[in-house]
Amino acid sequence: MFYREAGDFKTSYQADSQTFPIKFDRYRYYVVLAIAFGIIPFVINDYWANALLLPFLIYAIAAIGLNILVGYCGQVSLGTGGFMAVGAYACYKLMTAFPEVSMFIHVILAGGITAAVGVLFGLPSLRIKGFYLAVATLAAQFFLVWLFNRVPWFYNYSASGQINAPERDTFGIIITGPNAPAWATYLFCLIFLTACALIARNLTRGTMGRTWMAIRDMDIAAEIIGVNPLKAKMTAFAVSSFFIGISGALFFALYLGAVEVGEAFGIQKSFLVLFMVIIGGLGSIFGSFAGAAFLVLLPVVLKVVGADMLGWPTDIVAHLQLVIVGGLIIVFLIMEPHGLAQLWRVAKEKLRLWPFPH
Amino acid sequence: MKMKLATVALGALMAAGPALADLTFPSLSYRTGPYAASGIPFADGYADYFTLLNERDGGIGGVKANVLECETGYNTEKGVECYESTKGQGALVYQPLSTGITYQLIPKATADGIAIHSMGYGRTSAKNGDVFSHVFNYPANYWDGASGAVNYLLESNGGDIKGKKIALVYHNSAYGKEPIRTLEELSKKHGFELSTLPVDHPGQEQKSQWLQIRRDKPDFVLMWGWGVMNQVAVQEAANIRFPMENFIGIWWSGSENDVLPAGDAANGYKALTFHNVGTDFPLFDDLQKYVIDAGKAAGAGDQVGTVLYNRGLYAAMLAAEAAKKAQEISGKADITAADMRDGMEALEMTEAKMAELGLPNFGPAFSVSCSNHGGDALVGVTQWDAASKTWSLISDFKPTDSEVIGALIEEDSNAYATENNISPRCN
Repeated sequence: MFYREAGDFKTSYQADSQTFPIKFDRYRYYVVLAIAFGIIPFVINDYWANALLLPFLIYAIAAIGLNILVGYCGQVSLGTGGFMAVGAYACYKLMTAFPEVSMFIHVILAGGITAAVGVLFGLPSLRIKGFYLAVATLAAQFFLVWLFNRVPWFYNYSASGQINAPERDTFGIIITGPNAPAWATYLFCLIFLTACALIARNLTRGTMGRTWMAIRDMDIAAEIIGVNPLKAKMTAFAVSSFFIGISGALFFALYLGAVEVGEAFGIQKSFLVLFMVIIGGLGSIFGSFAGAAFLVLLPVVLKVVGADMLGWPTDIVAHLQLVIVGGLIIVFLIMEPHGLAQLWRVAKEKLRLWPFPH
Repeated sequence: MKMKLATVALGALMAAGPALADLTFPSLSYRTGPYAASGIPFADGYADYFTLLNERDGGIGGVKANVLECETGYNTEKGVECYESTKGQGALVYQPLSTGITYQLIPKATADGIAIHSMGYGRTSAKNGDVFSHVFNYPANYWDGASGAVNYLLESNGGDIKGKKIALVYHNSAYGKEPIRTLEELSKKHGFELSTLPVDHPGQEQKSQWLQIRRDKPDFVLMWGWGVMNQVAVQEAANIRFPMENFIGIWWSGSENDVLPAGDAANGYKALTFHNVGTDFPLFDDLQKYVIDAGKAAGAGDQVGTVLYNRGLYAAMLAAEAAKKAQEISGKADITAADMRDGMEALEMTEAKMAELGLPNFGPAFSVSCSNHGGDALVGVTQWDAASKTWSLISDFKPTDSEVIGALIEEDSNAYATENNISPRCN
């Protein structure tokens, strides 16, 4: 009914191994892209951009990054907040040191710097695994936050230790600062998210992704069949941190505009992104999107329904929100431990056969 | 509770209709999270004052005031959401009650043409209205607080604190770091020795800091704390038997919530303030009659007269006075955010005006001008009496070291101006 696959033949390997092998999926993907790039920028306003879409896009990038590390390579990390802080502070230093350079370059460079830092903190993963690695990355989290709080050079010696995004542009369009139009910030993040998702998708189904998955499934067996664990783990840390650094840079420069490291990039951020990955689905690019959307949009929807539409007291809504989000997380983990991505997969299988399952 | 929910829901539905003609005062409150104990009384006081105006006077200049409450949880991301969702509803002035959110809103609100009133918090150099056109931090700021504390110590030590040791225990965030620069300057000027001890968010863990204080034996301890950090600090100070009268908190570390948990041991603890304490003012009779007895009090209604409630009330009073001024300047009752900003800039609080409002000597007399958005920087000191469970004003509102602070404000605001290409707008 929904999926009419009759007559959809693949005549080449390339066609067979494409990301969306089913025609209907592929068209839906093009429609989503067309809406995201062609329609939303024309109808977007400040509220939609700053309250919903920017955080969703940025957290989706972070979730993709963490998913590569945790979902594909099996290295548990609690250092996401710290790595996002590296991206943010790198971007800040670059923005203030080279004001004339395009924001695209700053954000990519910030990602690169974060990748280097990520590799550095990934080194212990060669010796330690599982929970112990989680603790080691936790140390990275606390160390990085402490570092950015402690060394005034990182925040250009400002009295309060806050970093503020000055106004910067790319191709003459203001991207950061208070005067940046909503459509420009939205498109800027969307371009990065699309690029990151494409890169991640193609990395994870190529050689590199297969070595990561081999390490994840059983590192000793992987080593025996010729996977170099050093290379696999370090590339996973590098790629993951690169994405997380980009998300941190965007989070600071485009979304918040002013950041205080302990508050914005604390341990809660690491957990939040980890929850996104787990709820969305480990080892799935779509899952990263779904998890980010779930945890970003749900609180806002609950707030709009509870406080703005029903007029309940704000504290009751805030408490209810915690209860509902927490409850849903538990329900999801019990009913579908593989996350929203698995729910989607199952639904799709059903839909492909529907209405004649036999 | 159900009844209350229903009435509130009904009230909101009814308010939603004619809301357009109201004067909208968003309240970015936090009734949840680690700072809720400090956030609830402020939000209640802020809302209750506007309720009083609506019930007693029919609003401000005949137009009803509408307080839009939005829960931030002291979280900057939620603060952004709150700002974006309320700014389209005719918001006149924002009071974020969080230094982090204030920093974030300064450029945004300036671009949107909406004023921010960060009363006693936020970016100190916003006092320079030449650079910060839409940000106001009257009647006093952190640097006034730092200088006020030092002045008080000077006064109580015969004008000489040379060689004395002062330790600053601060919340390790933008908020807590603000006074350091001023204190460093003041330590050069007055010859005291300054040591700084950061406490990380949320501040429940302070054993090592107080151990260090016990070892170093500073003569005085100043504190820049907020939320749960305050009560822990007071308790820790009591544990090491630090003399409470030598322990002075900033105005955000001087509420009932901060000292009650330590019981009698907190007796004598001091805190700075820029407004008066208690309920011994004529306005509170009206408040009792029109708001509390009428069952229209915000929240649980049990915060009336606490320090932070009074501060919320004071903030609302200043906002309402600025709105009146704006109505006077613009000549219309239904003012816009731009009129409100002009009203704030022309605000003048005198003793007579406060007495007329039923709040005699509730705050310092001050005036705002184009280049001075910070008022006259008068700071008082309060002290806690554990036996009667009351704060009392022990040192009246006195001027601070404008020479040191003025230079620092000039420096910091000029740095901001060059960073953001702002040219002075006042003369």
